This record gives sequence, structure tokens and C-alpha cells, in this order.
Amino acid sequence: MVHQYRNNGYNIVLDVDSGSVHVVDDLVYDVIAFLKDDLSKADDAVTARFAGRYSPEEVSEALEEIRALEKNHQLFSRDIYRDAVLDFRNHPTVVKALCLHVAHDCNLACRYCFAQEGEYHGVRALMSYETGKAALDYLVSHSGNRRNLEVDFFGGEPLMNFEVVRKLTAYGRELEKMHDKHFRFTLTTNGVLLDENIMDFCNREMDNVVLSLDGRKEIHDKMRPSRNGKGSYDLIVPKFQKFAKQRKELGKQYYVRGTFTHYNLDFARDVLHFADLGFDQISIEPVVAPADAPYAIRPEDLGTIKEQYDLLAQEMIRREKEGRGFTFFHFMIDLTGGPCVYKRLSGCGSGTEYLAVTPWGDLYPCHQFVGNEEFLLGNVTEGVKRSDLVSIFKSCNVYARKECRDCFARYYCSGGCAANSWNFHQRIDSVYEIGCELERKRVESALMIKAALAD
Amino acid sequence: MKHIKTLNTRSLQESMKKGGCGECQTSCQ
Repeated sequence: MVHQYRNNGYNIVLDVDSGSVHVVDDLVYDVIAFLKDDLSKADDAVTARFAGRYSPEEVSEALEEIRALEKNHQLFSRDIYRDAVLDFRNHPTVVKALCLHVAHDCNLACRYCFAQEGEYHGVRALMSYETGKAALDYLVSHSGNRRNLEVDFFGGEPLMNFEVVRKLTAYGRELEKMHDKHFRFTLTTNGVLLDENIMDFCNREMDNVVLSLDGRKEIHDKMRPSRNGKGSYDLIVPKFQKFAKQRKELGKQYYVRGTFTHYNLDFARDVLHFADLGFDQISIEPVVAPADAPYAIRPEDLGTIKEQYDLLAQEMIRREKEGRGFTFFHFMIDLTGGPCVYKRLSGCGSGTEYLAVTPWGDLYPCHQFVGNEEFLLGNVTEGVKRSDLVSIFKSCNVYARKECRDCFARYYCSGGCAANSWNFHQRIDSVYEIGCELERKRVESALMIKAALAD
Repeated sequence: MKHIKTLNTRSLQESMKKGGCGECQTSCQ
């Protein structure tokens, strides 16, 4: 399968099933478009088709290069992975990542929060150290021969239970020595309780910190007020700037991560606002909300959002060439050391490799399913009781979704989010169409940036 | 090549032969 498009003056040809990305001139672009529906077309037919536009010599030259790529399986390649990936998914499941909900409570009242002010449709609760220990023990004992394990401290707001975070991290370091494992700890915070002591701790122990910020002050404060209705921008931004600067100097990862909604469809300005504040690892993504929510992204918003991605991509190229570039998470594509095809086609691992743990130790397929009793898998002391659900999640890969079969982005998005699929279609093996449309645009933008920076 | 510039070096076919160890990071995105 071949996907070709023009963007920002570049002709880009993506050979979907090999992952090869080619930047081509108009001649090759036109010839590939003519050939791709019927590869058996004779060279004479191609030459005749372009008579008057390109000389026979030019067409012959283009065909020679195209055939060389085809012979090298870099163009017009086919999907040869299905059997191998399905066999791979039949191997015994190991758990390698936990999302630890150390607090089902929050000191903000974000309007779009899927966790309903951190409480996940339930009651306020903090995870005890004992429950957290049992969760880490569960992870280690179910991780098989996987050495790299991940634990994300999540909420609600995890800093409302910081002492447990600190103690669980220390316990994890003990487990590393005992079992020859490596923990990658991460933490997501709204910044309200962030202080010097917590920053120092995170700089020592957290491989990544996700700092929640939505953009310009008026945007952030509209969507992320405190429980008394006051905005939180002025309180958290100076702390985030200091934290990010420290982590940059230490070579540690962080992300400033926001959500854009129908209220700020000009979100490229929010991304650039972050960059102008000094942040260089940035993520802003579209809200996923019930269609009738006033802040939800609507189908008629898609054109505006795509224009914003174009504007953002062009500005990122300009800043990169000026030596003041930044990383935008949703334009990240690694063309030289990207993940293997098993990873790409298997998806995020929710319900199998990745589980969420509630403050009282219940297991769910991921944080988005927490609070939905239909998806309660078991608990950390007795393990997974719903192996039927695990089997469903295990078979939920790109090949399970008919919508992905003809989509050029399937090796980049991995089939999308099971929770989004459930929320919109009451099944986990479908897709969220607005999300798909925007993912395709982001892939196109990301590849165009690669082309521009390769000039 | 005169008309085509290929940007990447690692093919998915190659990763089928060598990949699948499961040691990489999970990512819900």
C-alpha cells in the first residue's frame, strides 16, 4: 500500500507496509500515482500516459528508480506481518507496566476530566503503602523475563499522597536488586503541591514527569480551575519552568502536557506559548469528550485543527533551523530506530501488559476504564480473575479493527485507544473517527517535518 | 538517486526478524 500527499512544497510517498518514506519530484510523484493501482502497467503505457508532460527519457529514468525501490521492498511492498503478529500475541502474557492510582482525589476541578475531579465516579481515596507494595510485588511476579518495568504514579493528583509515592519508589529500588529488574518511574502532576523537596526527589527518582498545563493563561484557567473556581496558571507556571530547567540540565525527561478543546481551536498558539515560556518537550492533544459536551471537538472543527497542525509544523521547522527547536510529542516519529512491527501492530498493551491499580488494589485494563465495573479484572492480592476480558484485550490489535485495514497510519497509531472505542461504540475493537482523522494528519505533518529537516 | 530521496534506514520487514523482545516502553498515546 502506498500513501502519497503534498504538503508545504514537499511530495511525500509513504510505502506503508515497509515504513519507507520517500521525498520525490513531481515526475516520480505522478508516475507512482499512475502505477499504484495496477503495477503490471507496461513502461510504454506509462510513457504514453505522460507524453507531452515529461520526455520518454525522463519517464524511463523515473521508472528505473521506482523499480529499484520496488525490488528492494521499499515501494509497493505488502503486509507480511499478520501471521507473525497474531502468533506473537498468542504467547503467554506478562505484565510490564502499572498505572498506580495513588490518589483518587484532586485539588483542581478540570472541566473535561475523565476521572470526574479525580474520583473516577466513586469516592475520594488515597492508596496505602501496603496496597502499593502489593501492586509492585504483583508486577514483579507477573513480569516473566522482562527486565524493564514501568510504574506511573497517577491520580487524581498523586502529590496529594506524596509520602506513599516516596516510600513505594524506595521499595521499588529494593525489588530491583532482589529480582534483577529495572523500574522506570514516572509521575503526572497538576503542579499545585509541587515544591523544592518534591522536585529534588523527582529529579533523583523519576525517569519522566508529566506537567499538566493547557496553554495560555486564559485557556488554562478556563478549563483547569481549582475547586473554589480560581485559575491555577499563575501558581504553577513558575514552578514548572524551574522544574523543567532543572531536568533539562540533568538530561532528564519531562513533558508539559495539555489538552485543547473546542474553545481553543487555535491551539498552535498554545504550543508556541509553551515554547516561549522555555519548555522544549511539549504535548497538547485534542480532548476526547461526549459529543454533546460544549467543549467537545466536532467534525466541523477538523479543517481548522488540520490548518493549525500545518502552521505548527512550519513554525517548528523554522525554529529548528534557527537553533531553538522543541519536541512536540505528537509529531515524534523515529525513522531510524523506531519500534518493531510487533509493537506497532499490537497496540498499547492495555489489559495485558499494562494495567491500572486503584487506591484499594483493584485492577483495570487502563486508567481510562477505572470506575467502570464491567472492566474490573481482579486485584493485586488475588490477581486477574477475568481472563476472558484479558483475552479480548489481547486480541485487540490493528488486525482486529476493520477500519484500520486500509489506513496508511496503522503502523504509527497502532489501532488507537480501546477506551475511546468503548466510549463511542460500546466495543473495544472499533475506532474513534475524529481521533483517526487527526492522527492521520499528525503523521503527515511529522513526515513532512522530517523531509524539510533533511534538506 | 536523482528523483527520489529516501529518509529512513530501518524497514519494518527487518524489524519482524529482529523485534518482539518487549523491553520497550509502553505508551498509551
